[in-house]
Amino acid sequence: MHFNRIIFIGLGLGLAFSSLKGQQTSYSDGEMAFIPGGNYFPFFSGKEDQEKVDPFYIDRFPVTNREFETFLADHPQWSKKNIKSLFADAGYLKHWKQDSGFESDITMSPVVFVSWFAAQKYCECMGKRLPTTTEWELVAEAGKTRPDGRNEEGFTRLILGMASKPNPATHPEVGKTLLNYYGVWDMHGLIWEWTYDFNSALGTGGSRSDSNAENTLFCGGGSGKAKDVDDYAAFLRHALRSSLKANYTVSNVGFRCAKDADKP
Amino acid sequence: MEQHKLTSRFIFIFSLFLLSGLMACQRSDKTENKESLGREHNLVEIIGEEKAILTSPPFVPPPIARKHATKVIIDLEVIELEQEIADGVSYVFWTFGGTVPGSFIRIREGDYVEFHLKNHPDNKLPHNIDLHAVTGQGGGAEATFAAPGYEAVFNFTALNPGLFVYHCATAPVGMHIANGMYGLILVEPKEGLLKVDKEFYVMQGDFYTEGSYGESGLQPFDMNKAIKEQPDYVVFNGKVGALTGENTLKAKAGETVRLFVGNGGPNLVSSFHVIGEVFDNVYMEGGSLKNHDIQTTLVPAGGSAITEFKVEIPGDFILVDHSIFRAFNKGALGILEVDGEENKLIYSGKSEPGIYQPSAEAGKPKKKSEETFALTPEQQLALGEKLYKINCAACHLNDGNGVTNIFPPLKNSDYFNKDITKAIAPVVNGLSGEITVNGQKYNSVMPKQALTDAETAAVLNYVYQIMNESKTTVKPEDVKKVRK
Ligand code: HEC
Ligand SMILES: [Cu+2]
Repeated sequence: MHFNRIIFIGLGLGLAFSSLKGQQTSYSDGEMAFIPGGNYFPFFSGKEDQEKVDPFYIDRFPVTNREFETFLADHPQWSKKNIKSLFADAGYLKHWKQDSGFESDITMSPVVFVSWFAAQKYCECMGKRLPTTTEWELVAEAGKTRPDGRNEEGFTRLILGMASKPNPATHPEVGKTLLNYYGVWDMHGLIWEWTYDFNSALGTGGSRSDSNAENTLFCGGGSGKAKDVDDYAAFLRHALRSSLKANYTVSNVGFRCAKDADKP
Repeated sequence: MEQHKLTSRFIFIFSLFLLSGLMACQRSDKTENKESLGREHNLVEIIGEEKAILTSPPFVPPPIARKHATKVIIDLEVIELEQEIADGVSYVFWTFGGTVPGSFIRIREGDYVEFHLKNHPDNKLPHNIDLHAVTGQGGGAEATFAAPGYEAVFNFTALNPGLFVYHCATAPVGMHIANGMYGLILVEPKEGLLKVDKEFYVMQGDFYTEGSYGESGLQPFDMNKAIKEQPDYVVFNGKVGALTGENTLKAKAGETVRLFVGNGGPNLVSSFHVIGEVFDNVYMEGGSLKNHDIQTTLVPAGGSAITEFKVEIPGDFILVDHSIFRAFNKGALGILEVDGEENKLIYSGKSEPGIYQPSAEAGKPKKKSEETFALTPEQQLALGEKLYKINCAACHLNDGNGVTNIFPPLKNSDYFNKDITKAIAPVVNGLSGEITVNGQKYNSVMPKQALTDAETAAVLNYVYQIMNESKTTVKPEDVKKVRK
């Protein structure tokens, strides 16, 4: 009797889960997930500095090469040929062919070698914007089954492992790494992503810098200020962002877009 | 002593007086007092320009011959790569120049350096460099912070002489260092270092992997072990066996040797020791203070030491962290192999060769089989008997009669006496399945024994010549042929 019930419940859960997954794993261009917002403790701050985050939408997948190509067709001034050097340095779309287009095997891979300017422009043209670092981190915190993945067995270790592996020769397709609680893919383990205010908090990645309060965030000792000194994956992300400039184009930096929830 | 000091000071002042008249405006010739604070006197005239020669461990760039400061251009590339940390075990290292430790840099006191740090485009992460030789914010850390695919440049003057550690200082620093981002930069004092025959670069580091020591495959970094400071590996030059087997350091008896020793950490302090040697000189902590006749020198995490000694006699001198479990169970072991003439006055020789038997796992030290075989026949039989008692007697019993139905006899065994190949094979390759010894069937398993060729020969000769009173002789070469 008891056994039966357990099996029944197990089945029920399994069904619920697979139907949820079924709905969310399918890919469609620019599809977004709703994030209810809430209170967020920025990585480098004390408890008192918690930030209220308004509800927002975020792309379920990083922007792919194909989507970016479509965008360029409508906005040729952002093409590899025409882009102003102010907006992207010489590495812009380096993984694409000389003039335009790319090898078919990276069609569904995330677009990389894009500058912050190009990423922001793309989002703007879609009626969106880049997510703020806070928004991005809030989504990245989610585990597979709950909004705060850091309490999830093995989660921190998993994402740290993914973050510290070398780049593959070409980036795999989107939607293959991790699907999180919100139905958002690839927040970890595929690429790094631009955020709207990527360089606001940190200045430099020098660990020894004592020149201003913000920089002590990076100090081995000063990292006591970080909300979770064991969250090494977060350290890696913050360090990476702080190494960037808006016209940089990096082999493993791409993006996804967000928008305010009150916007239709 | 006091008198002597006074006199020399007097002479010093007097000669200054003389010189000042002649070369009043040449700052570089002022003899500074190392006791005083500040090294601004090293801001001297820069003559010419050159590109630094960088070397991979254990090699060291040649001594600096020039007698003046120059502009030195250093190009160092950051490369993230997967590489073996032990045979069959790989790890993702983040490196300066593709090796752990990173390339050795050699400049001279007063040199003006233009430092280029290049972060390879295929890298996943940003990196930077903090050189302990630099006077200035972060040792260059902010100035060199670079995203993947970007390069950063900064300049500095090498004010203080010494052997300095450099390392990555990007958050999370511990992880960057734990993954191998450290190396050594030598700022040679103006007066140069003593001339020696051999120089080597040895740097210790501790590593934290999800699998424990020896667990094969790709092993990810284990943050929790790193925080608890419980390394699985403690190694010289980034790999178990980086300084043993094929890679032993080599010198000849009578030569002088200098070891540039560093410790990247991230956590452990090293008690650096060379078994069978006394350091004639040690530049303590890599600075200017020279100590003498040192057995073990402490190398702090993020610190160094320079040791100098003469290798008077041949032998295998073993480099260890004398926190000794690290040497035998975690890999902190290297070998300096010295060839040449014996000097019985210094060391009487080996009545018991093979006393020093590092565990086969902790690096594969090259055993000198020829040498063991070069023992007198009596010495060899004595060794064989000893090895038999340790390795065989538990099963085949002390007298070699074995245990009926379980362990076959070695004494008067037809199997054993028929053919040396049949005698050698069980020892070096193991033996299982049915065999017949003196008409009796055995069907069991003998594990292969961890003995070198020479040791196997010695133990079998003992069984042949003493137990079986036969004239058969097994040579290490015979063993080698049978070993699979
Ligand atoms: C753990 C027990 C064990 C140890 C230790 C051991 N042996 Fe054996 N040995 C055996 C067994 C069991 C066999 C029979 C294997 C079979 O039946 O297949 C055997 C067989 C042999 C044989 C072939 C049979 C014969 O009697 O001629 C030789 C030779 C031999 N051992 C030599 C040695 C020597 C030399 C050592 C020490 C270096 C040694 N063994 C250590 C268990 C052991
Ligand atoms: Cu680094």
